Amino acid sequence: MPKPLSITTPGDRQIVITRTFDAPRELVFLCYSRPELLRRWYGMPDWTMPVCEMDFRVGGRWRFVQRSPDGFEMGSQGIYTAIVEPERIEQTETYDDNWTQGGTVNVVAFTQEGGVTTSVTTLTFSSPQARAAAAASPMAEGMEIGFKRLDAVLAQEAV
Amino acid sequence: MDPSDQLDATFIALADPTRRAILARLMQGEASVGELAAPFRISQPAVSKHLKILERAGLVSRSTAGARRPVRIEAAPMKQAVDWLEKYRAFWEASYTRLDALLEALQTPLSTDKPKSRKDDKNA
Repeated sequence: MPKPLSITTPGDRQIVITRTFDAPRELVFLCYSRPELLRRWYGMPDWTMPVCEMDFRVGGRWRFVQRSPDGFEMGSQGIYTAIVEPERIEQTETYDDNWTQGGTVNVVAFTQEGGVTTSVTTLTFSSPQARAAAAASPMAEGMEIGFKRLDAVLAQEAV
Repeated sequence: MDPSDQLDATFIALADPTRRAILARLMQGEASVGELAAPFRISQPAVSKHLKILERAGLVSRSTAGARRPVRIEAAPMKQAVDWLEKYRAFWEASYTRLDALLEALQTPLSTDKPKSRKDDKNA
């Protein structure tokens, strides 16, 4: 069973998200590196991903547009700055409306022990204020909308 | 203060290691400015400056009674920051739960959902 994820805020500019998966890391890496797979899991519940472009190579550009059920669109993009298959992906990320104030540097590291893969995602913001701003972002609001919808779906499906 | 401004103020207040240490000390009970300054080897005015930022964020309050004017921690804004992190956690958990399902499907031999890249040739 995957362990529950943990989120920590070490230092003054970082958010670190750790999670385990019952799968070899090659496969987890694959789900992060191919748009047809990534769009099947990444993002807010009930949001769609009308744009999921990934030029998955060092220096390659990526761009996502996520759309809420209400039609709110959130665009983000960046550049892959380092790729070590199947260990590590480093990329920059900025949002169209700049709510992370200058963007973040995101590193995902995968380690495997037995059949279990641990992913550690480190988001580094440009300043402590930028990290705080992320909390007051459309993403936070979008999540709220998303979770309310998820609650409704779960309530319907509960046996 | 509006909730997002409150959260900003809280995160900014928490961004400094001395302020985090002050809060950790106050979790054990109220203290005077002098008592707070003692372990940090910084001046009382420097501690007062940090306390002002914490006070503005609503993380601490200062009694007006008596000469000692003890400082105490305020739990509500701290809880708001923790609640935000909890919401953020739930966002990632929702994505990762879908990733769990996808990984399971990819590892199921009879799945009709194989990605194009999947290598069926195990002799490679």
